[in-house]
Amino acid sequence: MTCHAVARPREEALGTSYRTIAVVGPPNSGKTTLFNRLTRLRQKVGNFPGVTVEHHTGYVRDSEGHEVALIDLPGVYSLTPKSEDEKVAVDVLTGQMPGTPHPDAVIVVLNSTNLHSHLVLAGRVIALGLPTLVLLNMADELRKQGGHVDVLSLARQLGTPVALVSATTGEGIVAVQNFLSSATASPEPLELPVVGSTRGYREWAVKVGTNAKYRRPATPVWTQRLDSIFLHRTWGAIIFGVVVVGVFQTIFAIGQPLSNLLQHFLDVSGSQIGNHLPQGMFSSLIVNGVWKGTGSVLVFLPQILLLFLVIGILEDSGYLSRAAVIADRTMSRVGLNGKSFIPLLSAYACAVPAIMATRTIESKRDRIATILIAPFMTCSARLPVYTMVIAAFLPNRPVLGVFLGTRALAMLGLYVLGFLMAVFTARLLKSSILKSKDAPFILEMPPYRWPTLVSLGLRLVDRGKAFLYRAGTVIMLVSLLLWAATNFPMHRGQPPAVQDSVVAWVGHAIEPAIRPLGFDWKIGVGLLTSIAAREVIIATLGTLNGIDPQSHAVDLQAALKHELTPAGAVALLVFFAFAMQCMSTVAVVRRETNGWKWPVLQFGYMTVVAYVAAFAAYNIVGHFIH
Amino acid sequence: MIFNFIFGRRKKQRKHRASALADLQLGESAILGDMELALPVAEHLMNLGFVPGLEVTVARSSPGGDPRVYRVEGIEVAMRRDLSRHIHVELLGAPAFGD
Repeated sequence: MTCHAVARPREEALGTSYRTIAVVGPPNSGKTTLFNRLTRLRQKVGNFPGVTVEHHTGYVRDSEGHEVALIDLPGVYSLTPKSEDEKVAVDVLTGQMPGTPHPDAVIVVLNSTNLHSHLVLAGRVIALGLPTLVLLNMADELRKQGGHVDVLSLARQLGTPVALVSATTGEGIVAVQNFLSSATASPEPLELPVVGSTRGYREWAVKVGTNAKYRRPATPVWTQRLDSIFLHRTWGAIIFGVVVVGVFQTIFAIGQPLSNLLQHFLDVSGSQIGNHLPQGMFSSLIVNGVWKGTGSVLVFLPQILLLFLVIGILEDSGYLSRAAVIADRTMSRVGLNGKSFIPLLSAYACAVPAIMATRTIESKRDRIATILIAPFMTCSARLPVYTMVIAAFLPNRPVLGVFLGTRALAMLGLYVLGFLMAVFTARLLKSSILKSKDAPFILEMPPYRWPTLVSLGLRLVDRGKAFLYRAGTVIMLVSLLLWAATNFPMHRGQPPAVQDSVVAWVGHAIEPAIRPLGFDWKIGVGLLTSIAAREVIIATLGTLNGIDPQSHAVDLQAALKHELTPAGAVALLVFFAFAMQCMSTVAVVRRETNGWKWPVLQFGYMTVVAYVAAFAAYNIVGHFIH
Repeated sequence: MIFNFIFGRRKKQRKHRASALADLQLGESAILGDMELALPVAEHLMNLGFVPGLEVTVARSSPGGDPRVYRVEGIEVAMRRDLSRHIHVELLGAPAFGD
């Protein structure tokens, strides 16, 4: 799905007002805050065709009530189309982006506390010849820290309107309204010196800034003070540890129970709905198909929203960059950078919010690599499966007194197994298809700021919507397919027992393929149904054996012991550690990478790894234990 | 931390080449010189404000000593040693402190 910035055709007759305006600015210029302030909830998220770059289109009204579309372009420092972000910005600004109309005007958002660097971008944009408004953002910080700039002089030199604004306080924002109504007067940009190189542009920018009596503000004292603690040799590491545990606990100890509660509520309401419907296929479709499908989408929301709340606070306050600096040394060992740390940590709770969290990683290659290894982290959906299999096959004996038993040790081993495979995969990727030689780790440290509620709230709405619309549809579709597979063929209008359904046929069909791993067709069916969510295999095995897994867990363990040899059990654990049987993860990877290429590659890779490893485990363990 | 536990700490490599950004001590300042870097990387650094001729200060260091945070005209940027050792600097006469 592509998002069309302006749905209605341009009426040339009117021609007096701007219809599409591109908003461009460097990272850390407060561009998004400004965009949010102007458009609030009137925003749409979309991906430009063929690239992973996401963009927002928002709507504002000019003084005559006409709707104007604002396209928020990715944060860029220059317009040399070297990175994907810059290419997108150039393509949109020159009207070469398919599905996006040629903008009528441009708003350039610059950080007024860093004018010498940011004016370079303004120069390049003005040189394009479109009507341009230059906004010098963060006016409040400029003033507070003793900075100064002569706006009129700057406007004279640039030949465009210039305004000092503050997106956080709303100061000067009226300039945007004035700009929208000034559309009739076509501004003539003054001639800029033709300077090709970055250095030439920079010299030009410094000259313009000096003429405008620009005085750079001092670095905020608080930023200095906080950094002397947060990046302190020992305190920095300790605080980092506390933050990391805090992030993890938030999703694990708060998000998980919330998800469970929501799941419980959805189950109960599902059976309530079922009671009010006549028995039969329709009721089953509604309750077990549609409602369950909706449920499997919704259960992710609490964790996604919580993680984005935490990451939002970390990012907006400026700590996320510091955390990345601290974690970088460790992450560099596997070829990633510090920004991958928090997403990978969140993957221990669930890969879905973790993959969404990778958008804080600026480097595209590092972001893809992080997405590809995240599902190897032992997520919470694997735990019930691990617990059941380990409990069935491994008697609990103390290894280190009361602290560590054999079962806990086995569990720990599985965590380490997933982690090591993630490291191996990261190294593999970064030394082959995702080499990032020309994109080294360079990270700007923004000053510390208070996160604002509006900004946090809008981010949550934005992420929630993106997940529900774009990933939710895929999850829903697969849920319905799985429902159909377990409910057909019908017998006299009644759904069949699982062993007679389509999914059982498929289970039988794949049995020759999974035999070498020590699995029979029942496990095969479990592997298929666990695509909905990993822990579903327990319910499936319960149904196939006629045992309620909740009330008769021990019986199910006994049945499992009948079905699998100890070697087969090890193979099953290994398979679960490595395989990507989670449709939600696949759906969210597709959504975040804007295509099927990466999720298909990832699914294929992880399945092959899981198969080979399970095969090896079955044969090696089978050699020693009979 | 578990990551450090598994991978062990990397040995500190100290190359004595007083003219590189990486060789400056924490708190020291110098004048930025040429960059022996691929053009896109060098341009990116210049866009951030790391322009030859400006004064650079080693502002912070991560607890492990790499990456470090460098300050130019109030802008702070973190980079690793593998980058900063390719950026030449001219030492100032006396140790100076920015901001």
